[in-house]
Amino acid sequence: MKKHTHSTSVEPDPWHSLKAYTDARIALGHTGTAIPLKEVLQFKLAFAHAKDAVYSHLEMDKLQQELSRFPLPQYLLHSRAMSRSVYLQRPDWGRQLDEASTQQIQNSTETEADVAIILADGLSATAINQHASPVLQRLIPALQKANYRIAPLSIVEQARVAIGDEIAHLLKAKMSVVLIGERPGLTSPYSMGAYLTYAPEPGTTDERRNCISNIRPEGLPYEMAVQKIVYLIQESLRLQLSGVALKDNAGHPLINDR
Amino acid sequence: MPYRYTVASRVYTFEDLKTLLSRATPLRSGDALAGLAAAGFEERIAAQLALADVPLKVFLQEALIPYEDDDVTRLIIDEHQSTAFAPISHFTVGQFRDWLLSEQADTPTLQTLAPGLTPEMVAAVSKLMRNQDLIAVAQKCEVVSRFRNTIGLTGHLSTRLQPNHPTDDPKGVAASIIDGLLYGSGDAVIGINPASDSPAAVSKLLHMIDDLREKYQIPTQSCVLCHLSTTLQLIPDNPVDLVFQSIGGSEKTNQSFGVSLNMIAEAHEAALALQRGTVGQQVMYFETGQGSSLSANAHHGVDQQTLEARAYAVARKFNPFLVNTVVGFIGPEYLYDGKQIIRAGLEDHFCGKLLGLPMGADICYTNHAEADQDDMDNLLTLLGVAGCNFIMGIPGADDIMLNYQSTSFHDALYLRKVLGKRPAPEFEQWLIEQGILDKNGQKLPLKSNHQLLL
Repeated sequence: MKKHTHSTSVEPDPWHSLKAYTDARIALGHTGTAIPLKEVLQFKLAFAHAKDAVYSHLEMDKLQQELSRFPLPQYLLHSRAMSRSVYLQRPDWGRQLDEASTQQIQNSTETEADVAIILADGLSATAINQHASPVLQRLIPALQKANYRIAPLSIVEQARVAIGDEIAHLLKAKMSVVLIGERPGLTSPYSMGAYLTYAPEPGTTDERRNCISNIRPEGLPYEMAVQKIVYLIQESLRLQLSGVALKDNAGHPLINDR
Repeated sequence: MPYRYTVASRVYTFEDLKTLLSRATPLRSGDALAGLAAAGFEERIAAQLALADVPLKVFLQEALIPYEDDDVTRLIIDEHQSTAFAPISHFTVGQFRDWLLSEQADTPTLQTLAPGLTPEMVAAVSKLMRNQDLIAVAQKCEVVSRFRNTIGLTGHLSTRLQPNHPTDDPKGVAASIIDGLLYGSGDAVIGINPASDSPAAVSKLLHMIDDLREKYQIPTQSCVLCHLSTTLQLIPDNPVDLVFQSIGGSEKTNQSFGVSLNMIAEAHEAALALQRGTVGQQVMYFETGQGSSLSANAHHGVDQQTLEARAYAVARKFNPFLVNTVVGFIGPEYLYDGKQIIRAGLEDHFCGKLLGLPMGADICYTNHAEADQDDMDNLLTLLGVAGCNFIMGIPGADDIMLNYQSTSFHDALYLRKVLGKRPAPEFEQWLIEQGILDKNGQKLPLKSNHQLLL
């Protein structure tokens, strides 16, 4: 009887050249109706990065140390969401400080400030671990040079964007800048967003915010992100507003957010 | 009117119908977030036991959101057909469940019954059903729709080809469309979610797909999923096949989407006037998803699954070609994990089909939900068995514009293969002529000089 060996069954697609036009997962080839294993594992690896990002933690010691180069007090705070699982199911709790954190700020005697900067883990603490310091290294000197009064720096765990409203309000700041880890995608698990809000207070709604997203070296690089943030801070404090109205009035060539 | 049920010596009281419905709903994070979920396991089953005894007629008398306050409620009450309802008007919700699963409730009977059912009746009965009940009954509901081809025939499974690109680059979009077509995808619609809602950008994409469709004579339809007002503005001078809109189950939810029933009616009329369909003139494409009302602060104390079914009343009014429940897109605060997403997908498909809608599903999840591609495989297979009209086809299941995961072109081939399903007949004929599939639905080897690649 003749011996029979099976051949490799993966059929490539003869349109690889189309990959030049998109990052979409096209021309994957197939075996039967299935995606070839190599591509399946690439997908799973990207997904693993995104999941790890969702469950990542702020590296508090490292962040504190990096932030200590600036002559600003620091607050280490926590939202009402005690765990990641609670955080994911109760967005409302991620927007409120826990009792200890509230007291910590209330007990301090802060004078008025122009800008409060808040680092929040959001859906990717890794994004903050990687991108917050490089952005602050550029942002804080620029604000100091322009003579803005900067409130103490806050680092908040299990936090959503709106938690910055409560913090900045307690810190008596005219506006807040929240740097936060964005929802991870398969192509960008460690992307940081910056949300700017004028006259923040609990209950502020999203149309009053300006957002700069996709801050990472492969997306919106640090220098450009900081230029945009500084520009928006200047305009926001000058016009005493933020959100949709601020975007519409900005005729600056750097402001081309979608 | 309060509803009561006693378990051992413990009396559970549910102050009104909407409270009873929300407590009877299988657990999901969105109802817990809204403070509407049952406080414990026993309360949930007590509510289901009480709900089983509620006569269906009660749903015509007790509005969950007052008639005066909400145009979706008015639509539901005003359009209800009592003659269609008559044969089951004596049932309780529990009796209705048992009857739906009986041999008496066959395909023609269920088709005749649809206009006699309200979303609330359908939502209520779904809460008493297990997953296999939802599948078994949905499979008996055949809902067929027509535009340039025929979708929803028993034994057929169609796909929406979703070729999104982060900057709407026409070449990038076209590359994904070609990839999808060569994998046999795109019979339900070639539908792009645009990154920009500007009329100029949308117009460019509309022309691009239409040119492609004309050039290769593809028997399908196109859609750019921009806001309905943008489509309305573009209709006179642009090749608009289907009008898209996201809709919800209360007037305030629809307001949050920037639409009203009148606006939808206007767009429906405008698209009908174009007469672009060849085998039919069903021109509307709606998308829905549990949780949208809570997210818009427009839920009126009604649970998210019942509100989802109410959105289908809005869809039904405009005789749609496609209705798509985008089941896991909204995030874990509404559907926490694979189990909740799977349950919701089966409920939505069942409720839509029973109400007479051409239901499809975007079987999907975001990276912060407790779900993965294995959960999607499960829901995909279950919905295939349930007779879902269409699913999404996305390159590698990874949408690089909306940043979530859904189902791939390969997934559709898998489902057709294991369940013996075929594409829409007109589209299948085209695929055979193009040498993409053979007569048995088998994918054929393609050469680099295939006409779609030139």
